[in-house]
Amino acid sequence: MTQTFRIENAGLINREKKISFKFNNKSYFGYEGDTLASALIANGVHLVGRSFKYHRPRGFFGAGVDEPYAIVQLYRNGETEPNIKATEQELFEGLEAKSVNCWPSVNFDIGAINNFLKIFLPAGFYYKTFMWPKSFWYRIYEPFIRKAAGLGVASTKHDKERYEHKYEYCDLLIAGSGPSGLASAYAAAKNGAKVILAEDKPRFGGSLLTSDVNIGNQSGKDWAEGIIAELKSMPNVVVKNRSQIFGYYDHNMLVMSEKVSDHLPATKKYHPNKRLWYIRAKQVLISSGSIERPIVFGNNDTPGVMLSSAAKEYLKVYGVLVGRKPLVFTNNDSGYETAIEFKKHGVDPIVLDTRKNPESEIIDEAKNLGINVKNSYVVVAAQGYKKVKSADIASISEDKKQLGKIENLQCDCICVSGFWTPTIHLASQSGNKTKFKEEIDAFVPGQSKQNEITLGAANGVFSLDETLKTSFKAGSELSKKITENDNEIAIPNVVEKKSSQHDKFWCVPLPKGKNYKRFLDFQNDVAVSDVEIALREGYRSIEHVKRYTTLGMATDQGKTSNLNGLQLVSEIENKVVPAVGHTTFRPPYTPVSIGAIVGREVGKHSKPTRKSPMHSWHEKNNAVFVDAGVWLRPRYYKRGNENLFEASKREAKNVRTNVGVCDVTTLGKIDVKGPDAAELLNRVYTNAWLKLPVGKARYGVMLREDGIVMDDGTTTRISENHYHMTTTTAQAANVLSHLEYYLQLVWPELNVNVVSTTEQWAGAAIAGPKSRDILQKLFPNSDVSNEGLPFMGYMEGDFFGVKARIYRISFSGELAYEVNVESDYGNFMWEKIIEVGEEFNIQPYGTEALSTLRIEMGHVAGSELDGRTIPFDNALEGLVSKKKDFIGKRSLQRSAFIAEDRQRIVGVVPLDKQTSIPEGSHLVKDDKAPLPNPKLGHISASCWSVEYDNPFSLAILKDGKNMIGQKLYAMSPLKNKVIPVEIVSSHYVDPKGERVRS
Amino acid sequence: MLYINCPHCGMRSQNEFSYGGDASVKRPELNKEVSDQEWDDFVYNRKSLRGKHLELWQHISGCRQWIKVERDTATHEIFRTFKADEEVA
Repeated sequence: MTQTFRIENAGLINREKKISFKFNNKSYFGYEGDTLASALIANGVHLVGRSFKYHRPRGFFGAGVDEPYAIVQLYRNGETEPNIKATEQELFEGLEAKSVNCWPSVNFDIGAINNFLKIFLPAGFYYKTFMWPKSFWYRIYEPFIRKAAGLGVASTKHDKERYEHKYEYCDLLIAGSGPSGLASAYAAAKNGAKVILAEDKPRFGGSLLTSDVNIGNQSGKDWAEGIIAELKSMPNVVVKNRSQIFGYYDHNMLVMSEKVSDHLPATKKYHPNKRLWYIRAKQVLISSGSIERPIVFGNNDTPGVMLSSAAKEYLKVYGVLVGRKPLVFTNNDSGYETAIEFKKHGVDPIVLDTRKNPESEIIDEAKNLGINVKNSYVVVAAQGYKKVKSADIASISEDKKQLGKIENLQCDCICVSGFWTPTIHLASQSGNKTKFKEEIDAFVPGQSKQNEITLGAANGVFSLDETLKTSFKAGSELSKKITENDNEIAIPNVVEKKSSQHDKFWCVPLPKGKNYKRFLDFQNDVAVSDVEIALREGYRSIEHVKRYTTLGMATDQGKTSNLNGLQLVSEIENKVVPAVGHTTFRPPYTPVSIGAIVGREVGKHSKPTRKSPMHSWHEKNNAVFVDAGVWLRPRYYKRGNENLFEASKREAKNVRTNVGVCDVTTLGKIDVKGPDAAELLNRVYTNAWLKLPVGKARYGVMLREDGIVMDDGTTTRISENHYHMTTTTAQAANVLSHLEYYLQLVWPELNVNVVSTTEQWAGAAIAGPKSRDILQKLFPNSDVSNEGLPFMGYMEGDFFGVKARIYRISFSGELAYEVNVESDYGNFMWEKIIEVGEEFNIQPYGTEALSTLRIEMGHVAGSELDGRTIPFDNALEGLVSKKKDFIGKRSLQRSAFIAEDRQRIVGVVPLDKQTSIPEGSHLVKDDKAPLPNPKLGHISASCWSVEYDNPFSLAILKDGKNMIGQKLYAMSPLKNKVIPVEIVSSHYVDPKGERVRS
Repeated sequence: MLYINCPHCGMRSQNEFSYGGDASVKRPELNKEVSDQEWDDFVYNRKSLRGKHLELWQHISGCRQWIKVERDTATHEIFRTFKADEEVA
């Protein structure tokens, strides 16, 4: 294909570099600097997709972010991305894109039958039709709608691209590099302020790229280039193109998506695909410009109908003609500017102006060039299906209600201008209460809510001279307040053509007997008739009309449709537009890749990974790891072909008969120091702490103020004013915060300091009847006999030259010790224990065996201390002091907590002694009872008892105290199991606790 | 994301803090007889105000200090911040 619509001597593209690309499997050429849209138009392609609801042919309406419907599926470097605007996607070598919303092809789309069924698809169609029968929803309607709707297909593959997050702080953040953005950035930069200037397009300059103006004796475009070059050279300025500020959040935090690689065939090595910037700005200057709004007329969605500003941009930036027989339909002077550009490039446009007799410099210039201008004329309807072939036009009466005789005019495009809508999305997102500006028929920002001001066209100022003056001033004054510098800047002289007042006219009436679709929202296929239905059916609030009709929703966020929708509602309701109000502008302003939002936090990077100092030993010895919070812990050590069940059984059995060693480094550890340390512990734990001697450990339970158990663990008195507290792995951080809360806010008079020492100590639990034998060999110079180091005793020892802490505490219920050394010696300690323990048949054991050991001993852990149980429920009431007060004590008097049939921990054994009971199973009296079967309790933890060689579980059971010996059923609908069980004591093994004291 | 002035560290983003609820709640003294109503008010009952609210935050990824923040629950405006032991006038 040749680029038949590309003209010479126009545009900012690089004609030296030809780029080949594919659209719907057909090959084309464009140039470096093209967008996919400009390159397609250059090749005469105007049909790019099908519309959302009616599957009507879709072309290009805008030339950038304003585009509502030229949305394609992009293929790049083996990946695919949906929801890409052809008008924003820069061309790169090998680009492939396909139409969306059409099947089997864009030229022959079966869904287009919806267009002929459109009388059946009015506003609220989905709400009304798919309500019944109810069972049809998920089987028939929803799959159908899912298939029919959507703007492309998300990739199901793993995304190979990398996305980065960046946090940045600046004095002034400037959104948009048009005249106001450049002027304010320049003034602020000259005052030494730290400035970030963001432009969503590849090229800086905004409207200066396409407007026929002079600034300081050079063209607007050259002036912009000069300013940008100077800004880029300043160390206090960051200038970013391809960067869209899409959201304005609390406390002047704005988020910007920078497309780092989307314009390249493949992402460069070490580069991200996109970078998401979180920018905290002292001051925000919104210079986001304005978007031309359409005039509404019949079939105004036909390919070839587009904004006149877009036609001008294709011509001036890309050297592309959108048509050779253009019709310009305008209610203001902007249409003339486009017509003039056509004329200058040898194309004869016809201008239809809704106004009767407008006069201005621009109009004079157009007329002097010989452009055919028809006043008081409108386009009634576009004709042509896949492309505009002609237009039905008519004169219109002064009251804009009566159409004259309809004439048919040959044309191949209709460039429409209904004046300008300031882009107030960011200002509105900041909380700014917008106000309606009568002179421009549009909303502009009102009272600032955060530190933000809006300048230039975004503020409804369309004169370049005024824009530059106010923007230089704003940039200078705001930066002066921050930097206290005041460098005066000469404001350049501006030459621009004066324009005349626009016409408020926005919608062409239907001619008699015609029922043309007149679209308001092009992305969501919302026509004038849809809004009329919504109002007829009683929807009044603009927010309700929006949701019922989908006007202004989705990725478009009403960029071109918002004001016309409001105009229509206000006319039908006979209210003024400000009384109707506008819908909420929500971030993001434009779609943001999910990948960019997620950033680097994917896969294993989604949370930090903590490893104990012995991790590499575990790896070398075939440990299979399990996530324990953010820690990786060995679950079991695989020998040969063992599975989890076999290995954990072997490990647990070995602890009961010989000796095992377990890595307990992950246990939370907190140093509690100070003269009032004992008093703090006494208030935090439910049991008494004031009389614990130095060199002794004690088990403690702490509650929340509501009486629920928060955590448990042992705390050891290391010296007079120094305690070593341990917490469960999961609660370590919460317990520290909890202690800090009471020390800082409730009892600041206590002289205590707390600090986490979790990572300072490596811990190994040596458990089993032979553990003392090992200990004696590890610490030959210490008396670790039952008398020298009794149960719950503590001593320091010399571990082959390394200082070690030895605690005689036990989670397994066996004779056991925990040895701690400083983390760096962890691996050394571990290897020594294994080496010395060899003759005693020592085996390392993982968390699975650890669980087995504690479950059959009836020791509670996280699955019982689940945020719903009090000490009594866990058979811990013996640890609750009656004498002293402590955190949460008063709550234990609540009537439910002292109820006679209060839930309580029990043991559960299956009657067949064979079937393992799934954790989470419910305990019921009658397995045949009608649903919902009353639940008496639930299985909290299950294991295979190595002591008795049968399954054993713990459960929290209603009236558990009196249920011992009862027969119940454990039901797990998830696993489809019903297991007859007997309730036994939770202390299944060694109920008197003799082993730990042996 | 809120921007919170930690009285110890200065302006920091919200993701360094964790929220701690109503700062006007006062824990009953230890060993004091407390009625059910008083205790419920302390543990459970909160006003869930719209507007100016004094609340606790902990600078958990910073100085670990608990601080008081006077914030508008509707607009998120932060008026003042205080150290844990500072009197709020």
